[in-house]
Amino acid sequence: MIEIREGGIASTVQDLGRTGHYHIGMPPSGAMDEYAHTVANYLVGNDGDAATVEMTYQGITATFDDDAVIAITGADMSPELNGDPIGTWETVAVDAGDELDVQFATDGARAYLAVAGGVDVPEVMGSRSTYTLVGIGGHEGRGLEAGDELPIGDPANGSADLVGTRLPAEYVPDYADEDTVRIVVGLTSYRLTDEARETLCSAEWTVSAEADRVGYRLEGPDLEFEERDQPFGAGTDPSNVVDLGYPIGSIQVPQQPIVLMQDAVTGGGYATVGTVISADRGLLAQRQTHKTVSFESVDVEEAIDARRRRSERLAEIRSVIDG
Amino acid sequence: MSQTTTVNSPMPGVFYRRSDPEEAPFVEPGDSVEAGDTIGLVEVMKNFHEIEADQAGTVGEFHVEDESEIEADQAIVEIEVE
Repeated sequence: MIEIREGGIASTVQDLGRTGHYHIGMPPSGAMDEYAHTVANYLVGNDGDAATVEMTYQGITATFDDDAVIAITGADMSPELNGDPIGTWETVAVDAGDELDVQFATDGARAYLAVAGGVDVPEVMGSRSTYTLVGIGGHEGRGLEAGDELPIGDPANGSADLVGTRLPAEYVPDYADEDTVRIVVGLTSYRLTDEARETLCSAEWTVSAEADRVGYRLEGPDLEFEERDQPFGAGTDPSNVVDLGYPIGSIQVPQQPIVLMQDAVTGGGYATVGTVISADRGLLAQRQTHKTVSFESVDVEEAIDARRRRSERLAEIRSVIDG
Repeated sequence: MSQTTTVNSPMPGVFYRRSDPEEAPFVEPGDSVEAGDTIGLVEVMKNFHEIEADQAGTVGEFHVEDESEIEADQAIVEIEVE
């Protein structure tokens, strides 16, 4: 059992998401940075889809009522165990009664706490991920608060042997440097003027304070739409199209761009002018408010290739950790 | 002997000196505060994080305007500690 003493500003239980229900308007939720989440699990001997605690900007303070094996990855939040600093991207032993204090993010925005056996909250529609807008999954469908108790599942055999394992530096991202996010331009990018399509991929966009698990609102130059008589079914604003499903990662432009993330609105009538590729969504999720990002246009082949390479890299990490 | 301590923002966002545009500021320069008193809010991801005085003392100069954008670790206000 993990007892939460302080919940931080937005800490939720997440796994790899509630897939397969998008058509009924249910986004997948799940870890915003799948790479950091998955590596945290590997470090404690879990499968990648075990549930972790995702902490945003500020970490949790928690005590363990039993011995445990943990790993913290993602944003650097200077974690401490009983007041002593502990490593990140590293397997750490926790003794019964220990207090873990995860502080504010200095690099990146989201950190992941994995525990051997996984956070064992009940599955809802096949996932332990929290979807706070509807209030399902995770711990009571909401962010963690003081007094919450999180059950821990049965650890895999040998998880204690992983204590002291450090992820080799070549696999540890430096979030401060990751300011380019690849996108596939479309589906309704034809609505933009030629100049605006050019601007989308050349401008420096700033992550606003309105950037959460649903979407990241960006600030930058105005993007103009082609003049047209709006078709039947589309709203009157030039940014409106006839309703369509919004891909996760899609960039809509109500005025300034919004990139939809894991708790995405699943459809609507804004033109989606591009989609952040799945391999890079986690990098955007680690960009702090007021940091900048640029979009680099790639084609679908490159996006699929990037996804495949990321899977191979995770498989490689698993074999490095398991020795 | 009095000395000054600076309260920094732990996270980036938008800084507010009042809980609501209609309300008075949490504190004004010259006010006495206890450790743990709220001196402002930082909004990020539609969440509001309370910024607290870390020591008891007298509120000094604010380094940032109400409703301005602030960075992580930016200096917000001075507190004169008795």
